[in-house]
Amino acid sequence: MKLHHTLALSLPMLSSWAVGAELAVKFEIPQLNVAEYHRPYVALWLESASKPAVTSLAVLYDVKKKDNAGTKWVKDLRTFWRKSGRDMALPMDGVSGATRATGEQKMSFGPALNQIDKLPAGDYQLVIEAAREAGGRELVRVPFKLPLAGKQTLTAKGKEELGAVTLQINP
Amino acid sequence: MTIHIRTTLLALALATVSLHAAAHRPWLLPQQTNVEGKESWVTIDGAISEGLFDIDHQALKLDGAIVTDPDGANSSAPTPVMGKQRSSFDLKLTKTGTYKVSLVNSAVMASYKEAGGTEVKRFRGLEADLAKAIPAGATGVRTMRTMNRLETFVTANRASTGALKPSGVGLEMVPVTHPTDMRSGETATWRFQLDGKPLPNFAFSLTPGGVRYRGVLGEQRLATDAKGETSVKLPAPGMYWLHATYPASMEKGMPETGPADIRRFSYAATLEILPE
Repeated sequence: MKLHHTLALSLPMLSSWAVGAELAVKFEIPQLNVAEYHRPYVALWLESASKPAVTSLAVLYDVKKKDNAGTKWVKDLRTFWRKSGRDMALPMDGVSGATRATGEQKMSFGPALNQIDKLPAGDYQLVIEAAREAGGRELVRVPFKLPLAGKQTLTAKGKEELGAVTLQINP
Repeated sequence: MTIHIRTTLLALALATVSLHAAAHRPWLLPQQTNVEGKESWVTIDGAISEGLFDIDHQALKLDGAIVTDPDGANSSAPTPVMGKQRSSFDLKLTKTGTYKVSLVNSAVMASYKEAGGTEVKRFRGLEADLAKAIPAGATGVRTMRTMNRLETFVTANRASTGALKPSGVGLEMVPVTHPTDMRSGETATWRFQLDGKPLPNFAFSLTPGGVRYRGVLGEQRLATDAKGETSVKLPAPGMYWLHATYPASMEKGMPETGPADIRRFSYAATLEILPE
C-alpha cells in the first residue's frame, strides 16, 4: 500500500484509477482421455470488449525445439494468431514460455507487462486460448472492467481443452 | 435438326446445371482457405453435386480455370486430376496474400429458320462460332447467351485485396468484407454487380455444406439493398455456397417467345466461415 501511495504522489497527472495491477491467472489444463496426447500451446492476452488485441501476456509453446522450430504451430492458436501472433517475433522475452502439464497452472503478469494503467476506462477481457496437436482448440474469456473496483477474483470455465480459469486482479 | 457441338462438354454441363439449378450444384472447394508458411499448398476440388460439397455426381471440368495471384496477375490453374465424380488440383501459393480461383464458362444457344425454310434449326456453342453457324438470310433468329462463373478464395499468411478486383463482365459478387477472413457472428458485406453495375434488390442464397448430416437444407435467401449491397450476420462456421442467377428466376430452356436476344448469368462462390 505504501508503494501505491508513493506512486499516486509522484504521478499526480494520472486519474485516480490509473494505477498498475498485478494479474494473477490460474488455469486448468484438463487430463484428457485420448489416444494421442500432446501438451497444448496456450496464449493469454487482454483485449477490449470490441475485440481488437490489446496486450499479449504469454505464449506457451515448445520453446526447447531446435532452431525455434516450435513456433511453427503457434498459428494453430487461430484467434491469437489472427489478432497478434502473426505480427510477433518469437521468442519474445517475458511472453514466450514452455508448455505446461495437465493440472492447475499459475501465471502472474506484473504491471510492466500488462500495462492496464495505460488503458482507457471500459470493458475488457482476459482471453486464454489453448490448441493441442492432434486435438482441439478452445477459448475462454474472463471479463473485467476498468477502472478497477479494487481487488477482485473473477472466474470462467472451459469445456474440453481448458478447465476452470481464475483471474485475480491485485491493484 | 442440326446441333453444332463446338463447345466443351463443360459449357454444356454448366449450361444445363444453371437451367436445372435446383438439382445439381457446381462448386470449387478449397480444402483450406487460410494457410501459413513459406511454401503453402491448397487442394482445390471441383464437382457438380446434389448434396453441397458431397462428391456424389460428376466431376467439374476445370479447363480454363484461372488463378489470380495477390498482385492481380492471372494464370491458368494447374492441370487437374480428373476423377469420375471429382476433379482436383493442388495450388502452390508462392506469394503472401489472397488468391482467387475462377472458372467462367460462356455459351450461346440459337434457333432460326433458313431462308425460305420452315424447320426450326438450332445452334449450341461458342460465341465465336455463332456468326458462321447461322446462314445468310436466316429468319426468326433467337439467341440465348449464358455465362456461369464459379469462384473461391484462398489466402497464404496474410489476406490481401489485389486478387479481388471484379472483371466487370457478367454477374459477379464483390467481397466488401474480405472473403477469407469471415468469422461466425461477425457481419460480412457483399455487393452484386452485372457488367460492373451494382444490382439493387437482387436476390441470392447462402447455403451451408453438409446437408446430409443436418437434414434441413439451411439455405438463407437474401437480397441486396438499393446500393446493390447486403450485410449479413455470419452463421455457424463451415463451408458455404453463395449462389445467384440473373435473372433471379427463369424458365427452363430457351424461351420461344419474348425478346429475341436474352442473356442469363449464374454466379457461385465457395466461402468459408471460420470459428472465432
